Amino acid sequence: MKIKSQKDFFSGLMFMVVGIAFAWGATTYNIGEGARMGPGYFPLVLGVLLSAIGAFTIFEALVVETEDGEPIGKFAWKPLAFIIGSNVVFGILLGGLPRIGFPSFGLIVGIYALVFIAAMAGEEFKFKEVLILATILAIGSYLAFIVLLKLQFPVWPSFIVG
Amino acid sequence: MDLISNLSIGFGVAFTPINLLYCFVGCLLGTLVGVLPGIGPVATIAMLLPATYALPPVSALIMLAGIYYGAQYGGSTTAILVNLPGESSSVVTVIDGYQMARQGRAGPALAAAGIGSFFAGCVGTLILAAFAAPLTEVAFKFGPAEYFSLMVLGLIGAVVLASGSLIKAIGMIVLGLLLGLIGTDVNSGVARYSFDIPELTDGIGFIVIAMGVFGYGEIISNLGKHEDEREVFTAKVTGLFPTKEDFKNMIPAVLRGTALGSALGILPGGGALLSAFAAYTIEKKTKLRPGEVPFGRGNIRGVAAPESANNAGSQTSFIPLLTLGIPPNAVMALMVGAMTIHNIQPGPQVMTSNPQLFWGLIASMWLGNAMLVILNLPLIGIWIKLLTVPYRWLFPAIVLFCAIGVYSTNNNTWDIWMVAIFGVIGYMFIKLGAEPAPLLLGFILGPMMEENLRRALLLSRGDWSVFVSRPLSAGLLAAALLLVVIVALPSIKAKRAEAFVED
Repeated sequence: MKIKSQKDFFSGLMFMVVGIAFAWGATTYNIGEGARMGPGYFPLVLGVLLSAIGAFTIFEALVVETEDGEPIGKFAWKPLAFIIGSNVVFGILLGGLPRIGFPSFGLIVGIYALVFIAAMAGEEFKFKEVLILATILAIGSYLAFIVLLKLQFPVWPSFIVG
Repeated sequence: MDLISNLSIGFGVAFTPINLLYCFVGCLLGTLVGVLPGIGPVATIAMLLPATYALPPVSALIMLAGIYYGAQYGGSTTAILVNLPGESSSVVTVIDGYQMARQGRAGPALAAAGIGSFFAGCVGTLILAAFAAPLTEVAFKFGPAEYFSLMVLGLIGAVVLASGSLIKAIGMIVLGLLLGLIGTDVNSGVARYSFDIPELTDGIGFIVIAMGVFGYGEIISNLGKHEDEREVFTAKVTGLFPTKEDFKNMIPAVLRGTALGSALGILPGGGALLSAFAAYTIEKKTKLRPGEVPFGRGNIRGVAAPESANNAGSQTSFIPLLTLGIPPNAVMALMVGAMTIHNIQPGPQVMTSNPQLFWGLIASMWLGNAMLVILNLPLIGIWIKLLTVPYRWLFPAIVLFCAIGVYSTNNNTWDIWMVAIFGVIGYMFIKLGAEPAPLLLGFILGPMMEENLRRALLLSRGDWSVFVSRPLSAGLLAAALLLVVIVALPSIKAKRAEAFVED
C-alpha cells in the first residue's frame, strides 16, 4: 500500500491521535447521559468524531490519486528552532524561573536576547545591524509599553533594582 | 425614523475627540502592521489586541474596528505592490493589481481599491444598521436547539469556502472545538484536560492560539522559503489619481462588487473571501468595453470590484456577530474574544442593554472607512517605504511584539510557553496543508456549542430529535447538510478547485 498524499495521510494521523487522546481523557470524567450531560459527554462525542474524520482522511490519502504525492517537504528546522527558542529565552529572561532560583533579567535584556536569537533564523546575520535593530526595538518598546501604555513589566534585572 | 435616531446615538458616541483619536490610532497601527507582507488581519488583530486592554470597552472596540479596516487595507496595498496577498481575500486583487503596478499604474490601482472600499464600507454600514434591529428580534426567538444548529451551519459554511480539502477543514474545526473545551467546565466545575496545571484551568487563551498559529507559524514558514523574486514597486508610484476613463470603468464595477459583497457577507461563512472571488468572476464575465485592457493584464475593474466586495462583505459579516453572537469567520472570532475580555457577551442583548456601545461601534465602522481614505491615500508613500524594509529586520520585531503581547494579557510567562508550543503546532499545520482559520473559529465556538447542546437536550429530556422537530433548527441543519452535499458533488468539486487556481 502506497501513501498517495503524504500531507493528508499525516493530517489524518494527527486527527486520529488527538481525537483518541481527547476521547480517552473524556472517559475519566463523568459522562452522564443526553438529558444530564456530564463534563465528559461533549468531549467524548467530539473525540470520537475527530478520530473518525482522521480515519477517513487516512483512507482518502491511501486511495485517491494525486499528481505529485503531495509531499510534506523539508522542515525548516533552523527558523523553527531559533524563532521558538528566542521566544522561550525571552520568557525566561523576563520572568525568571523562580523554581530553580533563576532571577528575572527584565524586559530590556530580554529584548536584546530575543532579537539576537530570532535574527539567527534568517539567511543573513550581520552583528552590527542586529545590534542597532535590538536597540531601536528596546527603546521603542520601553516608550510604547512602559511609558505610554503603562503595562506592568519587570524592566530591569531584579538583582539590580531589587 | 429609528435608523436615523439610532445612528445619531452612534455618531454621538464615536465623534468624541478621544474616540476619534482611538479610531485613528487603530487605523494607523492596523495599516502599519497589515502592510507587512505575510501578516494577515488575524495576526494583526491578535498582535495589537493587548494595546486596547487598558481602554474603556467602547473605545477599545472602536480602536479594534479601526485596526481591522487598517489591516485589510494594508493587505491590499501589499497585494498590489508586492504581488503577495497578505490575506486570502486579496488573492484576486493580486491578479490585476500587480499587473497595473508593473505598468506604472500602482497609484490608480491603490486609489481604486481605496475608493471602492470606502463606498462599499458606507453601504455596508447602512445595511448593518438597518438589519441589526429586525435580526435581533429574530435572535430572541432562538432557543438553544436553534443556536446549536446555527453554529453547525456557520462552521460548515466557513469551511465550504476553505481552499483545501473539505474533510481536513472539518477536522480542524473539531480540533478547535476540543481545544476550546480545555479548562474548567462551567456546569460541573470540573477542570478538563488541565493536568493539574493551575493556568490551564482557565483554558487556553485565544490570543495565544491566534499568535502562535498565525504569527509564529507563518514567520517560520516564510523563513523556510528562500527569498525569491520579491519585487517591490516603489519608485514608480507617481500619479495617484485614476483618469476619467478609469472612473468610467470603475464605477459600475464598484457598484456590482458592493451589492454582491453585502449580500454574501451576511451568510454564515461568507464574508470577505467568497465576496471577492464572486465579484471578480462576475467582472470577468461582463463584456469588455472597446479599448479596455483585458483581465489579468491590469484591468482596473479587476481591482475595484473584488476590493469593494470584500469590504462590503467584511462589513456585513458583523451582522451575525452583533445580532446572534456567532462569529462567521476567524477575524470575527477574535472580535468575540476581545469583547469577552472587556466583559461584553456578544449577542442580541448587547443592542438593548448597551445601545451606546452597539451603535457607537457601527458608527465607528463608517468612521474607520472614512479615515482610511482621507489618511491612507495621502500616506501611501510611507506604506510603500515600509515595504522596502528587508524581511530580516521585520521578523525579529514581529516575534518581539507577539511575545510582549501574550505576556501582557495575563502578566504571566505561562502564556509565553504556550505561544511557543502553538507556534510549533502552527508550523506543523502549514506543512500538513491544514488550514488554521477553521480551528480558531471552532475554538471560540466550542464552549458555546456545548452549552447550547446541553440546554437543548436538557429541555427535551435527552431526545435528540429536538434538533429536527423544531422547524427553524431543522431548516438550519438542512442548509448545512445541503452545503456539504453540494461541495462534495464531483462536478462542483472540480469547479471549486478551478476557482481557487485563478488563471
